[in-house]
Amino acid sequence: MLASGLSELFLWLFSSSKDYNLLSTRVPIQGAHLMRMDPNPKKPNISTPDSAISNGSTHTYSSFPDEVLEKVLSLIDSHKDRNSVSLVCKNWYNVERWTRTNLFIGNCYSVSPEIVAKRFPRIKSVRLKGKPRFSDFNMLPRDWGADVNPWLVMFAKVYPFLEELRLKRMTVSDDSLEFLAKSFLGFKALSLSSCDGFNDDGLNAIATHCMNLTELNIQDNVTEDIGGGWLSCFPDNFVSLEILNFASLNSDVSFDTLERLVSRCKSLRVLKVNESVSLEQLQRLLTLAPQLMELGTGSFMQELTPRQCEDLEISFRNCKDLHALSGLWEVTSPYLPALYGACAGLTFLNLSDAALQSVEVSKLLAHCPNLRRLWVVDTVEDKGLEAVGSSCPLLEELRVFPADPYDRHHRHGVTDSGFLAVSRGCRKLHYVLYFCRRMTNAAVVTVVQNCPDFTHFRLCIMNPGQPDYLTNDPMDEAFAAVAKTCTKLRRLSVSGLLTDLTFEYIGKYAKNLETLSVAFAGSSDWGMQCVLEGCPKLRKLEIRDCPFGNAALLSGLEKYERMRSLWMSACNLTMKGCMLLARKMPRLNVEVIKDEESDDSQADKVYVYRSIAGPRQDAPPLVLTL
Amino acid sequence: MVDIMLCYEGKSKIMDFKETELRLGLPGGEEKSGVNYGKRGYGETVDLKLNLLSEESDLSLGKEKNLLSRSNDPVKPPAKAQVVGWPPVRSFRKNIMAVQKNSEDTEKGTTVAGGAAVFVKVSMDGAPYLRKVDLKMYKAYQELSEALCKMFSSFTIGKCDCLGMTDFMNESKLMDLLNGSDYVPTYEDKDGDWMLVGDVPWEMFVGSCKRVRIMKGTEAIGLAPRAVEKCKNRN
Repeated sequence: MLASGLSELFLWLFSSSKDYNLLSTRVPIQGAHLMRMDPNPKKPNISTPDSAISNGSTHTYSSFPDEVLEKVLSLIDSHKDRNSVSLVCKNWYNVERWTRTNLFIGNCYSVSPEIVAKRFPRIKSVRLKGKPRFSDFNMLPRDWGADVNPWLVMFAKVYPFLEELRLKRMTVSDDSLEFLAKSFLGFKALSLSSCDGFNDDGLNAIATHCMNLTELNIQDNVTEDIGGGWLSCFPDNFVSLEILNFASLNSDVSFDTLERLVSRCKSLRVLKVNESVSLEQLQRLLTLAPQLMELGTGSFMQELTPRQCEDLEISFRNCKDLHALSGLWEVTSPYLPALYGACAGLTFLNLSDAALQSVEVSKLLAHCPNLRRLWVVDTVEDKGLEAVGSSCPLLEELRVFPADPYDRHHRHGVTDSGFLAVSRGCRKLHYVLYFCRRMTNAAVVTVVQNCPDFTHFRLCIMNPGQPDYLTNDPMDEAFAAVAKTCTKLRRLSVSGLLTDLTFEYIGKYAKNLETLSVAFAGSSDWGMQCVLEGCPKLRKLEIRDCPFGNAALLSGLEKYERMRSLWMSACNLTMKGCMLLARKMPRLNVEVIKDEESDDSQADKVYVYRSIAGPRQDAPPLVLTL
Repeated sequence: MVDIMLCYEGKSKIMDFKETELRLGLPGGEEKSGVNYGKRGYGETVDLKLNLLSEESDLSLGKEKNLLSRSNDPVKPPAKAQVVGWPPVRSFRKNIMAVQKNSEDTEKGTTVAGGAAVFVKVSMDGAPYLRKVDLKMYKAYQELSEALCKMFSSFTIGKCDCLGMTDFMNESKLMDLLNGSDYVPTYEDKDGDWMLVGDVPWEMFVGSCKRVRIMKGTEAIGLAPRAVEKCKNRN
């Protein structure tokens, strides 16, 4: 990466700078340098070039013109690189904070709005994440927290020119949305992913007041039954929309309004509608917006006349720039061919809302040779995955979701053989999410031999603690192979019957691992210890239903400040152990979520994260901060 | 569902089983070979987990708890224990089976009289999200009833015939239904009135139905007099 190369270059060039001794020898953490350096409220002075420069010499400078530094640093976007840059010396720290315009906060409780406001004066775009990931699976109480409001209040004061806000797993109330809509005149892009707490009123306010809105993107919405009236709140002269995604809102919208909006927003390139839009209506939208690059269809279940089918086919064919397709609710085979005309250019096909059979998906994929990312439901079965292997040689990402997660209908789903088939045909595969009921060690070993470049390997054998179905061995060998072979592995989810051996291997080999998810696995504290001691880049560790206790928890004392967070639920932690952790590591927030019916001494759900903002004040009664 | 027998011989060198006693939901920690560890592991997990659901937790999971305790068919293997938050699938992905079956049935040749589709929202008390159905896809109450049953099967407590609409012809059966805790389908007609589904001929229903709500029998009691009246008039 150019940017990281750049910061390394500067580090080397200025290693003799007299301010170098401020560079910490500890592993830098985002919070640490916030504490050590006093934020300088004034803009740094422009210093004159050193005489050494005019001599053409490249040896020790005592200063470097800030103007130049500013220009150079403005080119660096990655927040990781920027964090590194800010640690070089005080001067660089100051120039960096004045030139940062994109704010990324991976855990909203790791820092406070006040601290952020003091350090970064010029933010235009914010990405903020709240609840731990297990909130997606209903493991957190409703009122757990991660309210965006205190952040908005600060943003309104300090960043009146804020343009973009992207939130994930946060609680956003209608009042907050209204406040947002009215506080930032130039506001352009709102993205809410897995957020809850808002309803019609909030969205109405956004549509009504954000005159320059280019993006309204609501993904994986959690709240039930948000009305569709917000669409009608966009003024008639509003034309700036480029991205509109309301696929996960399940109420009707006025199609007339939608049609008029689409026809006047000539820059619209992403449109993802919800199920209330019928096939016929979709066809009309496509005619108005053939320039679309990403499309989420509405319901695909409607009786069409032959003429209407033809029109639909033509409309799809006319979308020459379409590269991503999703939606397709209730799609039935007669209507799939309507898509074929648009398939050649597709790089991302999301069929996770369409429970297709193997024959249907095979026919469809035959038209999609350029796919890079594919999401399907396991109704396609192994045969369907064979078609993936043979039709999509460029595939980089595959996600297979279960149609029947609670095994009520005893469907076959996908197995080891489908996984193998994909790996044989798709050698560039580097991201997999695979839900199955049958897997073997041998299959996984072969898969990673075929595709050694995995960066994300998430295998979910749905029956907790299930062994290799052929040999009845634990699945240790499989994940050992993943850890050993996939040197670029950054994210791993393990499942099946696993002993501590799996974690020994992970600790030994997975040196680039950043996120690890573990469920119903391991034999003793030793397993968790191996991971904590062995994986230097570990940032997020989430564990449930494993036999790891206080000893394992406390073995990671040194580690947790270098991580974003740790989650442990239904393990063997006690309140005593958690309190000990909290006492020894004051810069960690240790939160315990009590289950009402359990023993007072057990710590059922534990969430540990580093923070320079101290314990949070907004925890609900069930959440104890130690 | 095949019973999984634990018979590996501990090839790994790290096996201190004593440490794994009293574990929650750890099938892999069983000492004895040949134990049906899978089921037992679930049982322990379920006992402790499902009782710990807080009030705010997903109602569908609450219903699943009932599903588990009600399952007493000796022939089939016991219903799969349902652990909170496992498998790690988000709520909106959980119901795709019902949708698929619906599409399959549609494909099998239920012809639709020409004309626009009649989409109505269907809500069920306690379910976290709504469904949309096209009433033109069905020819009679029975078909609609089956489809709705499948759609909301993950939330109902087993019995599909709880939506038997033809029973409304019989007054006493009707009163039983309304007094029980089973679910009763109701709909809002063009006049804004809430009626029991099954009162009027099918075609008239398709023409006048605006939305459907599946509610507990006891809640629908207030609608009963009208339905009973109509029953009487018909007889």
